[in-house]
Amino acid sequence: MTVQLAVALNGDSFDAGHWIRQVRLADEAGLDFVTFEDRFGRHGPDAVQVAARVAPLTRHVGLVPVATTTHTEPFHLSTALATLDWVSRGRAGWQVRISTDPAEAALLGRRRPLPVEDLLAEAGDAIEVVRRLWDSWEDDAIIKDVATGRYIDRDRLHYIDFAGAHFSVKGPSIVPRPPQGQPVVAALAHGPQVWDALDADVFFVTPADADDAARIVGRIVPEKKIFADLTVGGHVPGDAATFNGTPGQLADLIQSWWTVSGVDGFRLRVGDVADITEGLVPELRRRGLFQPSAHTTLRERLGLPVAVNRYAARPEEIPVA
Amino acid sequence: MPKQIILAAHFPGVNNTTVWSDPRAGSQIDFDSFEYLARTAERGLFDFFFLAEGLRLREQRGLIHDLDVVGRPDTITVLTALAAVTEHLGLAGTLNATYHEPYELARQLATLDHLSGGRAAWNVVTSPGAFFGENFRRGGFLDHADRYVRAGEFIETARKLWDSDGGDFAIRNSQFDIEGRFGAPRSPQGHPIILQAGDSDGGRELAAKHSDAIFSRHHQIDDARRFYRDVKDRLAKYGRTEDSLKIIPGVSYVLGDSDADAQEKAHHIRRQQVSPQTAILLLEQLWNTDLSGYDAEGPLPDIDPVLDEDDTIIKGRAGMYPDRLKTAAEWRARAEAKNLSIRELVIEVTGRQNFIGTAARVAEQLDEYVQTDACDGFILVSHLTPAGLDDFVDQVVPLLQERGVFRTAYSGTTLRENLGLA
Repeated sequence: MTVQLAVALNGDSFDAGHWIRQVRLADEAGLDFVTFEDRFGRHGPDAVQVAARVAPLTRHVGLVPVATTTHTEPFHLSTALATLDWVSRGRAGWQVRISTDPAEAALLGRRRPLPVEDLLAEAGDAIEVVRRLWDSWEDDAIIKDVATGRYIDRDRLHYIDFAGAHFSVKGPSIVPRPPQGQPVVAALAHGPQVWDALDADVFFVTPADADDAARIVGRIVPEKKIFADLTVGGHVPGDAATFNGTPGQLADLIQSWWTVSGVDGFRLRVGDVADITEGLVPELRRRGLFQPSAHTTLRERLGLPVAVNRYAARPEEIPVA
Repeated sequence: MPKQIILAAHFPGVNNTTVWSDPRAGSQIDFDSFEYLARTAERGLFDFFFLAEGLRLREQRGLIHDLDVVGRPDTITVLTALAAVTEHLGLAGTLNATYHEPYELARQLATLDHLSGGRAAWNVVTSPGAFFGENFRRGGFLDHADRYVRAGEFIETARKLWDSDGGDFAIRNSQFDIEGRFGAPRSPQGHPIILQAGDSDGGRELAAKHSDAIFSRHHQIDDARRFYRDVKDRLAKYGRTEDSLKIIPGVSYVLGDSDADAQEKAHHIRRQQVSPQTAILLLEQLWNTDLSGYDAEGPLPDIDPVLDEDDTIIKGRAGMYPDRLKTAAEWRARAEAKNLSIRELVIEVTGRQNFIGTAARVAEQLDEYVQTDACDGFILVSHLTPAGLDDFVDQVVPLLQERGVFRTAYSGTTLRENLGLA
């Protein structure tokens, strides 16, 4: 086992060249994925599109944009992320975000934001809809059967018929099931109200130290992948622990947190990807702590299981009465 | 100097124009297919690539339609990815003004314009009715009568956001009540190119007021000239010049070594496009009732079409037949006169290719359309994904260049410049 490494990018540039340079650095260093911060009303580009823009120009690194569930259509989220998975050939993820800010609601002309617990419940519904839509086409739905004139077997497409407190969605998706089946869903979780509530594959957590990280890992179900967030080179106090020091000292910290806590990896919040690819990554590789994965999809890189389609008939699993 | 022809490449879509049964037909969803067609279009110095949008899979007889291509990617995501593999090509897509909101969509289009260096274009459509609404929060909220109100106010709102240069805005009209900070600075084109496809009086007026280009459906040359004149005559009252709105019909073509060879190929493609099963389905779209008991190789039904426009047999596709009884009578008369089966009749009356002949003849005809003001250019709809435009780029583009009616290199850096709209 080696540590998994991701970077969180929070840039506001509208220059494609900036993003290409940053994500290529991560790709060439063998990092597992990059997250792209976003929220409505900020100065900065749409994060899903930034990920799509760099996808054809990178080969290995996972691409995980932030997209909010609060004022958006779950159908559009699902198709955009499925399409990101197609254009990246199986490297898409999604960092779920909710919006509590009335200023964001005003941009969309919506009512005042709901209480946080309702927004989280709505996010849970959105994740459920997005996931069902990804599964709404079975992998072998396109049959191209010339004899009967049929392009698809419509029995392998499924209405999702979701009805919740905030929206209902009929389905199926317009997009065939993406290469990963289920792109990776991630969420920043400061506490159990997120990690116990949301059906994510990956949680970004914010421990203060190695012992705190161990306590958090102990409270989250073992199937989830847990990444500890660290702000590298930051001086502004935020939700994540901040590190200032040499690459060797950062490698020491990662080594000790990882050994003590059992987190799967680290998401380093950086200003520039070069801040860690030049010093930290070679140091971790020298110590045998980090090894770029040879896998091609993000699910595989993270060690997530093959995504079984919830709608596909699996006769061997039908219980015998 | 003669008028310069605008050319665009339509990614083959989800109707029976697209022949999936051909052994050469590639994937409709792998990025390779999109990249291939975009690179082909750019090799041919085309103005833009065009991709339609899906909001729900089409249904017929209450079932998901399974005879045509089904499924496509999210428009804005694929267009943004294509910016990575092209340098000059415009990137145009349909994005629905009913099921998107102005802040989010204007931000996405501004992002595309920035990340592509000024190549974004938006085909504005609206979809009234409950069918699409079942996939969205708001449901089927838009009345048919309000569709151009929604589209017009959406465009005006988006333009205000783009003009804010990333700053503060407050907009209140009948459709929207929004305020805040836009957050995207002015993009290379200022405003992405706006296309519009409506054909009714309201649609033409909307285009005359707001659009940079019309994706028209008028193919027959006299009809196309009337449409062209009608729309261009509407521009003056909005203070616009005739060359500020481009009229670009979607057209198909077939090339052959001789005209007879091309006709033969065209007929073969038509038979591929209209399988026996598809013939019945297309007939049902006019008859508006279940005809699955009829034989495609037999005669047309002697019953009349069902005139219930609120509950059509096909869902997820715009209405095509304003007078069902009249059209049905014409089809019957034609079938009887020429002794045609259902399939043969459908092959004749639906979706025949617009330009058929040698490359020289097709080039000559395209040029005639543009020089005689039937249109300003063409959105080419090929029947094969993704290589369907190879022959056009290799054979017709050089002839248009020889005629001096098509560029030999991209002159502008933005789509707006290349379209002559800067």
